[in-house]
Amino acid sequence: MKGPTEMATTRAPKQGTAAAAARRAEGASAGDAAVKKDVKMQVSALRSGTVIDHLGPRTALKALRLLGIGDDATVLIGVNLDSRKLAKKDLIKIEGRELTPDEINKIALLSPQATFSIIRDFEVVKKFRPELPAEFEGLIRCVNPACITQDPRVKGRFLTVRKEPLKLRCHFCERSLREDEIEFL
Amino acid sequence: MKRNPLLGRDVISMRDFGRDEIRGILARCRDFERRRKPLLRGRVLANLFFEPSTRTRLSFDAAMKRLGGQTIGFADAISTSISKGESLWDTIRVAEGYCDVIVIRHPAEGSARLAAEATALPVINGGDGSNQHPTQTLLDLYTLQKRTGRIEELKVAFVGDLKYGRTVHSLIRSLSLFGAKLWLVSPAVLRLPGDFLEDLAAAGTSYVQVEEIAAVPADVDVLYVTRIQKERFADPVEYERIRADYQVTPATVERFGPRLTLMHPLPRVSELHAALDAHPGAAWFDQARNGMVVRQALLALVLGAA
Repeated sequence: MKGPTEMATTRAPKQGTAAAAARRAEGASAGDAAVKKDVKMQVSALRSGTVIDHLGPRTALKALRLLGIGDDATVLIGVNLDSRKLAKKDLIKIEGRELTPDEINKIALLSPQATFSIIRDFEVVKKFRPELPAEFEGLIRCVNPACITQDPRVKGRFLTVRKEPLKLRCHFCERSLREDEIEFL
Repeated sequence: MKRNPLLGRDVISMRDFGRDEIRGILARCRDFERRRKPLLRGRVLANLFFEPSTRTRLSFDAAMKRLGGQTIGFADAISTSISKGESLWDTIRVAEGYCDVIVIRHPAEGSARLAAEATALPVINGGDGSNQHPTQTLLDLYTLQKRTGRIEELKVAFVGDLKYGRTVHSLIRSLSLFGAKLWLVSPAVLRLPGDFLEDLAAAGTSYVQVEEIAAVPADVDVLYVTRIQKERFADPVEYERIRADYQVTPATVERFGPRLTLMHPLPRVSELHAALDAHPGAAWFDQARNGMVVRQALLALVLGAA
């Protein structure tokens, strides 16, 4: 399985404040000062963990469920935030947790435009938009009730046919799946 | 000696075969029209039929025997250890110890792909639910080549159930590789699924969706008729109406002239008028026989005996 494609690695200056790190984590640019200000007002910085930005609107809670993040976790959630790229977006900050490649792929399937920032000591050490692998195992269920993968002994496998709009194909039964048909395991 | 790109290969889906490979297989079929050399003497074919089939099972059986090989297998899953809950993977691992090549028909879609991954032996898909039936597609292409002299740039009208029929789906995809022009004739409820239409458009294949055979131009090369299945309709009255509307009779085909090739994958019920058996283009029994020839060629190729 291919790993996520790194887009940029931004190291914050040593004198950077937590708020500055938060702005960087949100991927804010000089062109969207108003948006940046709003986001800054609504969320605060992480010491260490993961920021998932540019989630599709109203997908944050689903993303948390997919990641199995429960009541004991320290999480900040932004829903329906203004976004320059998406008009509206969701955002999640998860304290003390870096995601596995499988978890990242799940979020990429849920919301293909999502970007990830890994924070350590208030600094963004890595920022990337994951690239869905050409082929992956598990994660989702084939929607075809006649597919051999309905047998729990057979693990599903899927091919990424197209990224925008997302189209997958079951390796076994060849049924195509659109984004709105995806059912996570 | 010519390189044999099919040696040891699985035949699971027409998606796995490009234009040149399809042409290559069809070119070898002619050698098997009359030849009965025992190319496969000492080899064993396991015919694993998890659901009933007449033509596919009999023709694989005949194909292997005509080439001097032997066959083992079962014709339904009831009498096997599958009924005791054995996984398909295990059944294939057991069967591979007894044979040199496996043919599988199974109601679950994707089962043949899974079987091929369970064994290093060549696996041929004899139909996996409504997904793929590659040897049917190859026999249809071979029939077209014999009847019309080509598989390129054909004008083909498909009539009947275009929604559920794997035969139609698979053949449409393959014809689209060869520049076909298609007329898709079906009631609205049995239209070709959008996913296939999207693929046809992406491949640049020209197609027209119509609801009446009368809308098909008289110069088409082929009318490919399929059975409309009663179980697809909740309302028996609607089924009867549609069945009557899509029956092909001598009067329906008159305007297409004698050069028309008329095909049907069989079994047929009432969609073809009995008098059409006398039409010079009626190809259904040829298709059935060509199936055996194509399967002989495939068995010999995957076993490296061709």
